[in-house]
Amino acid sequence: MAEYSFLSLLRNALSGNEDWKPAWRKPDPRPSYDVIVIGGGGHGLSTAYYLAKEHGITNVAVLEKGYLGSGNVGRNTTIVRSNYLLPDNIRFYEHSMKLWENLSHDLNYNVMFSQRGVLNLAHTPAQMDEHARRGNAMRHEGGDAVLLGREEVARMVPGLDMSASARFPVLGGLLQPRAGTARHDAVAWGYARGADRRGVDILENCEVTGFLREGERVVGVTTTRGEIRAKKVAVAVAGSTGRVMKLAGIDNLPIESHVLQAFVSESLKPLINQVVTFGGGHLYVSQSDKGGLVFGGDLDGYNTYAQRGNLPLVEEVMSELLAMFPNLARVRLLRSWGGVMDMSMDGSPIITPGPLPGMFLNCGWCYGGFKATPASGWCFAHTIARGEAHPLNAAFTLDRFARGILIDEKGQGATPKWH
Amino acid sequence: MLIACPYCGPRDLSEFTYQGDANRTRPNPMSNDQSAWNAYVYERVNTAGDHREFWQHSGGCRAHLVVIRSTLTHEIKSVAFARETAK
Ligand SMILES: Cc1cc2nc3c(=O)[nH]c(=O)nc-3n(C[C@H](O)[C@H](O)[C@H](O)COP(=O)(O)OP(=O)(O)OC[C@H]3O[C@@H](n4cnc5c(N)ncnc54)[C@H](O)[C@@H]3O)c2cc1C
Ligand SMILES: [Zn+2]
Repeated sequence: MAEYSFLSLLRNALSGNEDWKPAWRKPDPRPSYDVIVIGGGGHGLSTAYYLAKEHGITNVAVLEKGYLGSGNVGRNTTIVRSNYLLPDNIRFYEHSMKLWENLSHDLNYNVMFSQRGVLNLAHTPAQMDEHARRGNAMRHEGGDAVLLGREEVARMVPGLDMSASARFPVLGGLLQPRAGTARHDAVAWGYARGADRRGVDILENCEVTGFLREGERVVGVTTTRGEIRAKKVAVAVAGSTGRVMKLAGIDNLPIESHVLQAFVSESLKPLINQVVTFGGGHLYVSQSDKGGLVFGGDLDGYNTYAQRGNLPLVEEVMSELLAMFPNLARVRLLRSWGGVMDMSMDGSPIITPGPLPGMFLNCGWCYGGFKATPASGWCFAHTIARGEAHPLNAAFTLDRFARGILIDEKGQGATPKWH
Repeated sequence: MLIACPYCGPRDLSEFTYQGDANRTRPNPMSNDQSAWNAYVYERVNTAGDHREFWQHSGGCRAHLVVIRSTLTHEIKSVAFARETAK
């Protein structure tokens, strides 16, 4: 199995890098496991890793229909933050942040977690008040937040249009210094290797096509690589939640699938050292180590399972970027793509036992599931191992909608395209 | 995406506003059947395939439309005035 150290780098450099071992095995499916995790994205892989590491459950398979990282874990804009307002969200994402801070060390795999700070700009006095309130809520729960004035923002982000004649003049911003970015592919690969070396089978090109049932109870799955039985079946398929749960006869989840697009520019010299978000619309931008600007904005705004969007949104995103950084007007776009988001009705996730006996469900990640990857797997593993939620995910139930205890961070109501 | 408004003809996506899933049935406003209201407000079939949905031609004639569109390919199969087809 691939191990990385100064010595192994040296040895492999001398032998022309031809003797590296694969980071995880490619086993054939066994007839049965203690736990099957459907979905080899960040959440499925971290779930398998923490099942093995925290709960000693190693007779586990992760079933992925394509290759590892082909879903949203390899499509996001890599922003990691915990700047939420509501206590259930702050605690969960703060736990995730703490796991991120030790993740490269824990996995012995460099996930390039870069705490470069996330700066949310404010353009109106009301937004400054909202940021002060959010910052206080974060600090109250033990997180970090700093309210910046206009001068401090100007010093921190020299490329920003700070002129008084800007369409949305900048008044200040809320900075979370511990937030930042991580290398998304490395997160998938690191968790995969960590799970594999603890005995988890990672089965790629293994699409779940149906559920095996004994009465109500889920006792396994049918796949493109045959039937596999399990004591517990956990679903973590993000944007495909609707399609997979329909195979179990469930088509009334509080979820809509929508497309989110992302963009990368050609490489530039260092210009933006943080993640900066626009408050006059919805836009977030950072600069990768290669120099490309990585950015995105809103959803296209209609139900879709196609991993591509339309042009009106592209135009909107570009115009918002230029409202912040007019100096980028002549920079060329290198690539753009889309990913299918599992948008929940209140913008918060679901991590819960059920809805059928023998089944566990993890979904509703909206725009923000990458930063949740460690805590989502950590809490889901606990939920699967113990058969009940950990206090950190106890509020993320499926029945909170019917019971009227929503976790609606933005107060937008049941309109997923606005979350 | 081009949507063929029955009044204005084919127009660009940017002229339209999406108004969501048209498969739901609103309970009688006087009803206090909690599960029917929960289904109407929060539950979605989230179809992968032909999806019946509301759009408004907000940048044109402002008509409310019912569109059947594939959520897998974005192909639009039919467009009609909502007042004629909506329940
Ligand atoms: C453009 C874009 C930008 C984003 N930016 C950010 C960001 O900056 N910060 C942030 O925190 N979040 C961001 N997100 C959200 C984040 O990427 C997702 O919420 C998160 O990755 C979802 O969890 P996952 O990694 O497990 O999903 P995925 O990687 O999508 O994993 C699900 C897996 O399930 C597999 N699957 C589906 N059906 C089946 C089946 N029948 N059988 C077997 N396997 C199946 C899929 O192939 C897929 O690999 C962004 C998303 C997108 C699309
Ligand atoms: Zn019209």
